[in-house]
Parts: sequence; C-alpha cells; structure tokens
Amino acid sequence: MIELLSLGLMRRALIAALLVGLAAPAIGTFIVQRRLALLGDGIGHVALTGVALGFLTGTAPVLTAVAVSVLGAVTIELVRARGRTSGDVALALLFYGGIAGGALLISLAPGGSNTTLMSYLFGSISSVTSQDVWAIGLLAAAVLGVVAVFGRELYVLCQDEEVARASGLPVRFLSLLIAVTAALTVVIAMRVVGLLLVSALMVVPVATSQQFTRGFRATMLLSMVFGVLATVGGLTSSFYVEVPPGAIIVVVALAGFVLALGLGRFVRRSRSQESTP
Amino acid sequence: MKGGQVSLDRRPVLRGIDLTIEPGEVVSVLGANGSGKSTLIRALLGLTPLTGGTTLLYGRPPARFRDWRRIGYVPQRLSVGGGVPTTIREVVASGRIARQRRFRPTSAADREATERALAAVGMTGRAGDPVQALSGGQQQRVLIARALAGEPDTYVMDEPTAGVDADSQQLLADTLSALVSQGRTVLLVAHELGPLEPLITRAVVLRDGCVCHDGPPPRAVGAHALPGHDHVHPHAEENPVSTLDWRPTP
Repeated sequence: MIELLSLGLMRRALIAALLVGLAAPAIGTFIVQRRLALLGDGIGHVALTGVALGFLTGTAPVLTAVAVSVLGAVTIELVRARGRTSGDVALALLFYGGIAGGALLISLAPGGSNTTLMSYLFGSISSVTSQDVWAIGLLAAAVLGVVAVFGRELYVLCQDEEVARASGLPVRFLSLLIAVTAALTVVIAMRVVGLLLVSALMVVPVATSQQFTRGFRATMLLSMVFGVLATVGGLTSSFYVEVPPGAIIVVVALAGFVLALGLGRFVRRSRSQESTP
Repeated sequence: MKGGQVSLDRRPVLRGIDLTIEPGEVVSVLGANGSGKSTLIRALLGLTPLTGGTTLLYGRPPARFRDWRRIGYVPQRLSVGGGVPTTIREVVASGRIARQRRFRPTSAADREATERALAAVGMTGRAGDPVQALSGGQQQRVLIARALAGEPDTYVMDEPTAGVDADSQQLLADTLSALVSQGRTVLLVAHELGPLEPLITRAVVLRDGCVCHDGPPPRAVGAHALPGHDHVHPHAEENPVSTLDWRPTP
C-alpha cells in the first residue's frame, strides 16, 4: 500500500476513486427511489457526444461533457414530467442519440477516431491529471453539498411528488436539481469507470446496502461505504493484477451485492426472530 | 372553488363545482367510484390543474399560495417507489418539511412533533421499522401521522378509511375527533364513513362530476342512530332506504 501511495499517479487515481465512491451512491439513492435507475446510463450516453464535441472544438472534453450531459439530463426530466412519452422510451431515444452523436462528431474531429472515445467509454483512471483531480473534487463537493442541503426536500419529493407539491416544495426545481446532480456525477465518474459503467456506481451500492438497512438515511450512508470499498478496492487490485480498473471496480461492486444478498437474508431472518419471540 | 372544471385525457371529470370549505368544518366528500371525489380534492389543492373555473387556498390561487404549512395532505396510498427502505419515523418526520428552513438542521420542536404524531397513531414502538413491512391500515396510520407532524390547520385526506381494518378506522376517528375539538378543519374523501360518521358536519355528494347534495350529512333515523345498533337488513329491498344506505350508482 505504501509503494502504491508513493506513485503520484496512483495517489491521484485513488483520490478520484474515493470521491466517486462517495458521490455516486449518495445521489444514486434518490435516483433509485425515484425509479430512475437507468437515468445515469442515459446521461452517460449523452455525455459521449459532449466528449466528442470537446475534441472537435479543441476544448477540454470534461467541460463539454458537463455542458452536454446537464442539457441531456434536463431534457430527460422535462420529457418525463410532461409524460408525453413513457420514461423508458425517452431514455432509449437519448441512448441512441448520444452514442451516434459521439461517434459522428469524433470522426469529424482532427486526428480523432473511435479509439479516442474508448478511454471515456471504459474509463482511464491511470491517465488522471492533477487538474482532473481538482475538477473531480469540486464536482464531488457540489454533489455532496446538494445532498446535504436539499436532502430533506429531495426525500419528500422522491417519496411522493404530490405530497411534495402539497407541502409547498418547488417540485420542478428539485426534479431538475436531481437530474443535474446526476449529470455532474456521471462526468466525475467518467474518468474512473467510464461512461458505460457509470450507472453501476449509482445503483449497485444502493442495492447492496438495501439488503441490510431499514431506513433511507442508513441506506444512503451504507451505500457510500460500499461505493468507496468498490472503487478503492477495485483500483488497488488493478494495480496488482493487469486488468482495466473500471471493469474490476464494477465487478467488485457486483460481487459485494451477491454476497449481501445471501448475508442480508440471514440478517433479516435473525431480526424477525428477535422482534417476534 | 368556483365553477371548477377538470378534464383528464379530454374526458370531463368535474363539470363546474362551487364549493367553499369554512374553517372548523368537517366535510366529507361522498360519491361512487369515478364520480370525481379524489380529483375534486386534488383540484382544490391545485395538484390537478383546472380546465375551467378557479380555486383559492385561504384566498390565494395555489401557484401563489405560500402558507402550505397550514395544509396537511394525506394521499390515498403510501407510494413505496423504487423500494429504498425507509423507517416509519423518517416518513413521519418528513411531515415537518413545510415548517423547516433549507439551511437549518432538524430542531427539537421538529423531533417533539414527530414523536407526538407517532404516539397519536400508536406507532411509537415501531418507529424504527421499515414502512414497507406494514399492512395497508398501518401504512395509512403512518400517512396520517405524517400530516399530524406538520401541525396544519386543515387536513385533506383522500380515502383515509379505504381498505383499513376496524381498529385503524376507530383510531382514525379518535384522532380526528381530537383535532376537531381543537377547531381544525377536515376535508376527507370517503367511500364509507364507518366510525367517522358522527364527526362529519357537512356532506358533499358527487355524481357524474357535479355536486348533487351539499349540506348536513344524512343522519340515520330511528334505531340506526342508537349506539350498538348492528346493521342487519334481512330484507334490504323492503326496508325504507335511508340516505345513509347510499350505494354506488351503477
């Protein structure tokens, strides 16, 4: 572990992994409760167009990815709220549009090819620069700040939109806030696990912690623990075994879920024996 | 509400409703399935947009209404959503949201109100349990406790008695009578009134999106009014049909 930390590159990668492991499940809990588990995937596909746009225009891909994915997230939310098209069809349209747009734009970019996109699709945490770490740090702070400040309101919104409205909450603003926060999370996680696997970090740790918890807050906090375990654990093992970090992080998270499924049943059974002696 | 009209999918559900709820009233909206009861109370609160007419909450249109803490809305069902577990206490505590400020942490008053609301519906002992594990009647109690925690002046309840066991209905009646004695206003939708019946001061009966009765609740006559009378109708058709024996119109 010491030798790991002595490498500047590995240190940066670990910080990025830690931040993503905290931020993604935090917002993911609200997204899962709202039945929008695939929202992260939709935004991830759209973000690809943003990345390609960055290469085409010569701007930093992270910036264009933020802009385009926020735009995509807002579109998804507006389509959802209008209820004209069902949510999954709207998401599907964005999936295809995002990938096609990305592939199209990157081919127009000077010297760009689909291989350029690969590092964004599957992540390339080893190429994280200290600038990237700062950007990820700021975005992660923004995501966690939103959860801390608006958490109570978002909780009511995700439980029941009508009750939120009848409590005088700014429902449209809060819905957009969730979408935009999810978009920011996607961009943060893009460098760590890649756009295709981003959503896994928002959903899998939440599903894992649900096996053990009874409360919403507890689920969120525990899912952040699982998120960090998966990202940091996965990254560390990728240092010893020659595997792509993004993939191993998600595999670790999924293995944790399978383990939790078995353990959770055991925990619940012993609990119900407690309450009904 | 004045001349309130609502259409859902271009089908008129409410066709011109005039209704004013005065403070301190206990109003029950009655009517057959599909007569627009739930739509009416949601339109009153501005949750369902009107296609005609106006609705005012304490004299202001819903879009400009700011005093939502005065209203406690109890929906028909607890929406379990994506199934992230949540405890009874978390749901009840969220009833305080209209009284909380964004950057202020949960106060002692919030916690006290939550505990009082939990005690009022007999859920103190189970406050740490997930709501997903509760029966329909118990979930209904949690929803009512959430409204109680907000300490509103007016309670708006959508079918609080539907699919609820007799114990929970009695508990609801006791809770409501305590609220009524404090001068709170209650507007509720009900299919059957059950133990709530003596509390109701005014009944609004809907049929086909119009108000067909608005006034004192239909009182039971003769033996029906006596406590302990059990409704046995050996020859239901031959008995004079009291207005209380209201049945859904086919």
